Amino acid sequence: MNLLFIFFGSIFVHNILLSRFLGCCPFLGVSTKIETAKGMGAAVLFVTVMAAVMTWLVYNFVLIPLGLQYLYTLSFILVIAALVQFVELALKKINPILYKSLGIFLPLITTNCAVLGVAVINMNEKYGLAESIVNALGSSIGFLIAIMLMAGIRERIERNTNIPECLHGLPIGLVTAGLMSIAFMGFTGIIK
Amino acid sequence: MISFARVIFPVLVLGSLGLLFGMLLAFASIKFYVETDKRMFMIRTILPGANCGGCGFPGCDGYADGIVSAGAKTNLCAAGGADLASGIAKIMGVESEISAPMRAFLKCKGSPDASKKIAVYEGIDDCRSAAILPGGSPKACPFGCIGFGTCVKVCIFGAISMIDGLAAVDPGKCVGCGACVSACPKSVLALSPKTSNVQVLCNSNWKGPDVKRVCSAGCIGCGLCAKNCQAGAITVERNIALIDGSKCTNCGACLAKCPAKCIGYLIPIPEAVRESA
Repeated sequence: MNLLFIFFGSIFVHNILLSRFLGCCPFLGVSTKIETAKGMGAAVLFVTVMAAVMTWLVYNFVLIPLGLQYLYTLSFILVIAALVQFVELALKKINPILYKSLGIFLPLITTNCAVLGVAVINMNEKYGLAESIVNALGSSIGFLIAIMLMAGIRERIERNTNIPECLHGLPIGLVTAGLMSIAFMGFTGIIK
Repeated sequence: MISFARVIFPVLVLGSLGLLFGMLLAFASIKFYVETDKRMFMIRTILPGANCGGCGFPGCDGYADGIVSAGAKTNLCAAGGADLASGIAKIMGVESEISAPMRAFLKCKGSPDASKKIAVYEGIDDCRSAAILPGGSPKACPFGCIGFGTCVKVCIFGAISMIDGLAAVDPGKCVGCGACVSACPKSVLALSPKTSNVQVLCNSNWKGPDVKRVCSAGCIGCGLCAKNCQAGAITVERNIALIDGSKCTNCGACLAKCPAKCIGYLIPIPEAVRESA
């Protein structure tokens, strides 16, 4: 039951983009087309889950036993960066088709704060391995949903030039993001 | 007192963690090494990198891949031109096929003064949206430029601007990728070889009287230009004159004879030069 709460909580209530405001860079940068947004979302899903496992292992089996918890930011970044590089190399060889659809997005999320954020949240909440994975899964599905909604809205906005000239592009994107965030506030309190 | 170990210990731990990952990556790069064609990388470096898609591939990376692995032609990049085509051919070790560099132009002179309007369009400010409504155009002439600037939006080279309700292509900036040609719902933009400078600036297939009823600058298909063309570059088909850019000598004889004044220079030539020519 707890896992279910974590899962849906991280998708809707604590949406990584719209209520925690992590990973806003790809949210605005890669959300002009639904297709690319989907690719980005899938890449984030892939990396976040793997990073959550790896950082959990490093934190619990390296940092805690050695009493070096204060080094978590540094070591998490190290783990995630190495992991993304490794995944990119491996994917290129093992599954070229998947590499083609995720490949260009992977280097972009090497130092993405959403990925690091999920790892840090897992640590702060003292989640176990299963809870960490579920939280990572939920958070990145939340990311996927939010970025695809955003891309859908922006694809429509793009054609509509009733928007004042000065708001075209990024400004209206930011306004949209703000409104979406307010909409997601409606979920607050459903799950604590 | 800060003990020496408290400083050196974390450095060692983090250092060895880094070393471990470094070795893992080094191992992975050998283990998962994928043979990539060097020529692809070389072609990619000489491509313009504009990712305009004019070649028909998704971006410059896609084109480089297409040349090497799918045997695409070497002369498809309009932005790079003949120099690039021969450069790619050299890398691939094949004979280069030079294509004439093209540029886009608008086959319409129907400015608000010249062309009658039958409707006022209110809606999404985009030709593609306006063109799907009944009537197909706020203008009485269904062939002309609607003027909501879809071409301006799709041109990543910034070569098109809206002047007097019509799309104006800057011949200096246009690379001839054809993005505007395929985006225009009225097909009123076309490509012509850069060497040709005289074109019929009308897109209407209507008969003469019908054209005159809706626009004062439209081609009436009288054929005077074709009769006066010494190079034989002009044909009149379906009530409109068509200049074959590869045959045209830019003499301007047709220009002087055209009663509708719908033939024009793509790059304006100063009056004095025109007189002496």
